Amino acid sequence: MLIRLKGARVIDPGKIDGFKDIIISNGVIDAVVEPSEADQMLLDILSKAEEPCGIAEQPFGITDQACTPIEKPCDSSNHKQHDTSTAEPYDMRTDQSKPCGYNKKAFTKEDITEIDLTGMVVVPGLIDLHVHLREPGYEYKETIETGLKAAAKGGFVAVCPMPNSSPVNDNSSITAFMVSRAKELGGSQLYPVGSITRGSKGEALCEYGDMQKAGMVAISDDGRPVENARVMRRAMEYAKGMGLPVISHCEDIDLARDGSMNEGVVATKLGIKGIPNVAESTIVMRDIALAELTGATLHIAHVSCEESVDAIRHGKKRGIRVTAETAPHYFTLTDEAVARYDTNAKMNPPLRSERDRQAIIEGLADGTIDVIATDHAPHSLLEKDIEFDRAAFGIVGLETSLGLSLKLVHDETLSLEQLIEKMSKNPATLLGIDNDLKPGNRADITVIDMDAFWSVNPRTFFSKSKNTPFAGFNLRGEVYMTMIEGKIAYQRQDGGSEIEEIS
Amino acid sequence: MRFEHKDLLDIESLSVRDITMILDTAEGMKEISSRPVKKVPTLRGKTIVLFFQEPSTRTKLSFDIAAKRLSADTISISSGSSSIVKGETLIDTAKNLEAMNPEIIVIRHPSSGAAELVSRRVRASVVNAGDGLHAHPTQALLDMMSVREKKGRIEGLNLAIIGDIAHSRVARSNIAGFTKMGATVTVAAPPTMIPRGIETLGCKVAPDIESCIENADVIMMLRIQKERQESILFPTEREYSMLFGLNSKRLRCAKRDVLVMHPGPMNRGVEISTDVADGEHSVILEQVTNGVALRMAVFYLVSGGTKNAD
Ligand SMILES: [Zn+2]
Ligand SMILES: [Zn+2]
Repeated sequence: MLIRLKGARVIDPGKIDGFKDIIISNGVIDAVVEPSEADQMLLDILSKAEEPCGIAEQPFGITDQACTPIEKPCDSSNHKQHDTSTAEPYDMRTDQSKPCGYNKKAFTKEDITEIDLTGMVVVPGLIDLHVHLREPGYEYKETIETGLKAAAKGGFVAVCPMPNSSPVNDNSSITAFMVSRAKELGGSQLYPVGSITRGSKGEALCEYGDMQKAGMVAISDDGRPVENARVMRRAMEYAKGMGLPVISHCEDIDLARDGSMNEGVVATKLGIKGIPNVAESTIVMRDIALAELTGATLHIAHVSCEESVDAIRHGKKRGIRVTAETAPHYFTLTDEAVARYDTNAKMNPPLRSERDRQAIIEGLADGTIDVIATDHAPHSLLEKDIEFDRAAFGIVGLETSLGLSLKLVHDETLSLEQLIEKMSKNPATLLGIDNDLKPGNRADITVIDMDAFWSVNPRTFFSKSKNTPFAGFNLRGEVYMTMIEGKIAYQRQDGGSEIEEIS
Repeated sequence: MRFEHKDLLDIESLSVRDITMILDTAEGMKEISSRPVKKVPTLRGKTIVLFFQEPSTRTKLSFDIAAKRLSADTISISSGSSSIVKGETLIDTAKNLEAMNPEIIVIRHPSSGAAELVSRRVRASVVNAGDGLHAHPTQALLDMMSVREKKGRIEGLNLAIIGDIAHSRVARSNIAGFTKMGATVTVAAPPTMIPRGIETLGCKVAPDIESCIENADVIMMLRIQKERQESILFPTEREYSMLFGLNSKRLRCAKRDVLVMHPGPMNRGVEISTDVADGEHSVILEQVTNGVALRMAVFYLVSGGTKNAD
């Protein structure tokens, strides 16, 4: 299959920005060229194909094997682990991996698919570093299948599911199960995050090496902190030897105890027990200190408050290998959203004050916060349509993330390039993936319709769960198409003639 | 004049006019309780469900008597009773109650917002008898009724509330109610018991009990819950009593005609000394009496009664 994406503005931050055509063959980017050169390029590919291949005359049909793209090196999508032997000041963007090798297959004119993307923006596929897909164990909330469909609809070519499934992803068999299930489905990529400690109990380390071989890309006890600082230190040291980032869910359990929303005026009015900012920031500070001690790569999950942003900014200034993510709800909403005990505004960490929201935006703008992740946390009505203090923490986010985040671009808080860095490039770098739009790389691409106006309707979500506080929000900008390995995994329906969903 | 609310969930959603209407109606109801035959046929044939998910003999009894004096039938359902199956959600329970076609559901529940959650799912009127730390509107209304009865007004008075404000729905509802009616509310407690941003509810915070009660017309003492000691709010009851307990010596720095109130049940010798609890300033028993009348008024009004009927 030969695909030509044409008419779009192509942006790969720091590398490409302009109207280019992208030629994709067999799932791999063949060329990113000026539109005027595209025709010639295609002719070249076709004429090469017409040349006798030579090997084709050999018996036993090894032709196929020799001329098919070499699958193996591409298998983990240009995946490479951090080289930890270097002790230079940390710059996550210097990691560059070699494109994987591939062979061209013979094409005929009929094989060319032209996709007209006039008016659209094409970017390297979005990657969500923080999701909960609930499988195995909680399939009534979400499955790998529904989660990956939601991911594709949200523009994500890859997601990193956290390990708090049941059983916890704390060994290579669970990791392998998740990876193989995703492969079977063939949509968005799945990069599992394994647990730091067995059962996420905060005591014994897991077999990171074995799990890494099975496809694990990072470790986290998300949903819980590693309470014991000594255990966290050992985990960081051990993970560093494997180039595994440590993703920390920062929460002081004692300070947060019994709380179900932000501690502040709204909680006081509603009579809800609060979770103070320092429940988060003290552990952020602790883990940054441990990262400095151990030299491990620390990634702070779901930053929600001003004090954490300050601590991370300070840590980066000291040259500590710390990166951070926030989620769209933290820069879009405040604790006022809880107003009438709305359990869809209940998540952990909780929605904070306006002052914190501003600090998060500032942290995104000045680069303190590297990544926008969703913390996609599906829950059924059983956990949400109940008393506020008894309701589960978490909201779904995959299908609203880009729309909500684009508001930062429309508001001129971030440039589009900066947003793409936070939703695609930086997550890729953290995972050791080269996702540049360049020849030899997998064609994992997100196509954005910047000015489409739409309204969030949870009933249209592909996710099994509908727990979002954004129902009815009017947003500008949405996913037009998600292409994974050259295949359209999602395309917006515009009047029925388009391809809806191929997996 | 008609009461324009289906439910009574909190004080915040009531207007000054609403509160005045409830207090006026309650005064009329109080007269019924002093008759030899303490029963009127007003709510005959109507069903009131008392749904208590938290132990509370006194409040439940008060609602029960109020319902019976209006000739309503009451059904009691509490957390221990077999009608609430383990695993059933609050909404399931509410829907089941609804299926019995009651006119009014009185609910007490340990979760803030529970009464509101139920009210959104049922056609019956919902009366909040206390939800978590959020609200206890009938208590605040009966407190206002008691103060108005003794002082002739609420506007312009100084109310001091002493105790665990952070964990008190009585305090929240009283702060809302008294400030709405034009009183000034000042609170005092160890800082562990003062929730963040309490000033935004319209009250002041005093550094100690003396300065809190100095100009008070009314002092409201809150029950110190011994089980709260687990949340490390104060070292000992002894020290609490020493610093924030109301005794006759402290009472002398208040106004001469000060009223002393307590929502009950009291810890004598902890937040309030026995001589003050039983002394001339205490209106604690009147609060209990008024509680019945006030709840009669609430039942009457939410079921569509008008202020001047009967
Ligand atoms: Zn988390
Ligand atoms: Zn999470």
